[in-house]
Amino acid sequence: MDSINIQLPHTIQRPSAAFSSGATTRTTQPLVTGTSVVAFKYKDGIIMAADCLASYGSLARFRNEKRLLAVGDSTLVGVSGDISDYQHMEHILDNLMTEEYYMDDGQKLGTKSIYKYISNIMYNRRSKVDPLWNSYVVAGIDNGEKVLGFVDLYGTTYQSATIATGFGGHLAQPILRKRVEGREDEITEEEAVKILDECMRVLFYRDARSLNKLRRAKVTAQGVEISEPYSLETNWDFAESIIGYGA
Amino acid sequence: RAGFKFDNVKRNELLGEKGYGLPTATKTGTTIVGLIYQDGVILGADTRATAGPIVADKNCEKIHYLAPNMYCCGAGTAADTEFTTNMISSQLALHSLNTGREARVVTAMTMLKQYLFKYQGHIGAALVLGGYDVSGPHLFSIYPHGSTDKLPYVTMGSGSLAAMSVFESRWRPGLSREEGIEMVKDAIEAGIFNDMGSGSNVDVCVINKGRTEYLRNYSKPNERVTKEQSYKFKAGTT
Repeated sequence: MDSINIQLPHTIQRPSAAFSSGATTRTTQPLVTGTSVVAFKYKDGIIMAADCLASYGSLARFRNEKRLLAVGDSTLVGVSGDISDYQHMEHILDNLMTEEYYMDDGQKLGTKSIYKYISNIMYNRRSKVDPLWNSYVVAGIDNGEKVLGFVDLYGTTYQSATIATGFGGHLAQPILRKRVEGREDEITEEEAVKILDECMRVLFYRDARSLNKLRRAKVTAQGVEISEPYSLETNWDFAESIIGYGA
Repeated sequence: RAGFKFDNVKRNELLGEKGYGLPTATKTGTTIVGLIYQDGVILGADTRATAGPIVADKNCEKIHYLAPNMYCCGAGTAADTEFTTNMISSQLALHSLNTGREARVVTAMTMLKQYLFKYQGHIGAALVLGGYDVSGPHLFSIYPHGSTDKLPYVTMGSGSLAAMSVFESRWRPGLSREEGIEMVKDAIEAGIFNDMGSGSNVDVCVINKGRTEYLRNYSKPNERVTKEQSYKFKAGTT
């Protein structure tokens, strides 16, 4: 069959020649992807949001994707990046929770443990030059302490009161740092939802791979709650004053 | 033979491959913004100029004079923004004398875009042009390849996303002067603190009917702390 020249997304890396000789290569380029995840600590715990879109390059392929996952009943995980790699991680985490259940030792895996587990898997895969092409946001309350961390495809980890992946790092993080940093324990759920929606609205305006249909989730001492999809109000009034692009 | 010759572009590329690449141009890294408010336009810019990972100038001026009623913020290659705005400023002065009228913003915009397009993007100047003329306030963004956008609020440079997140959250038509200046300051500060290519101070320029205020270093959120002791040596030490 004739070879077809498809314009591939710019994030591709060509499989290096060195590895074409026998080593198994899997993910060398992300295919079906999710965009930003935004999260921050507030008074009762941690709040997180992600839209419902799984893109296939520039195609808005799947518009009801779940990118927020409850692991056990005290940890919330948000994902951006390759969806097939996320589904693989979902499978691994599911097996992990099943093993824990079988052990029946009265212990529950805390958020910190799940965070470490995901980080180790990610770094391990990077070290085999076969990454899981994702950025994870792990949130939960572990022994009364609010935990919010980030892990990416390289295995880079960090914890902060505010986290945002992908475009969120450029558009949402400046807003979060101004509104949240230093006052996490003061922010009520009502205000937290307002701040989150503001971030997601800006992302819908300016991220060309986003969708105005999103889920929000919170993790508090009471457990994990993931909302149903909802949409944000947008304002396009500024367009009324625009005619042309010059003279 | 008509048209600009791009032969040296090919030569430079080949030289680059052989290891004789051009030195990194001083880039302004940059956060620049402009917005339309009730009575006119307000421009804003940070003051950091970078040469790769090094801060070359901690307090440079990125808001360039074009005409008494028009200023232009520049992002991208510092030399390009400086010389391009200077050149068009001269042309505008001559034009104004020739016509006996105050220069119009669309004139500057047209001169700039035709110049940049001619050089097919090789002149790395990304500009935010704002001014007030007989037909009111105007705000344009001009890209290195020569395209323009006419909008009520714009941001350019490496810090443009941080600044735009501020505008997208808060801009509305009919802002007052105080609200506009505050929003511009906050947008530039978002760039200064969240973008590594931007830093130091905030410059603001307010242009309305018949009056332009160039507020150099309107905000200085990064002043050096007072040194803890005096490091002066006694006269005659060496």
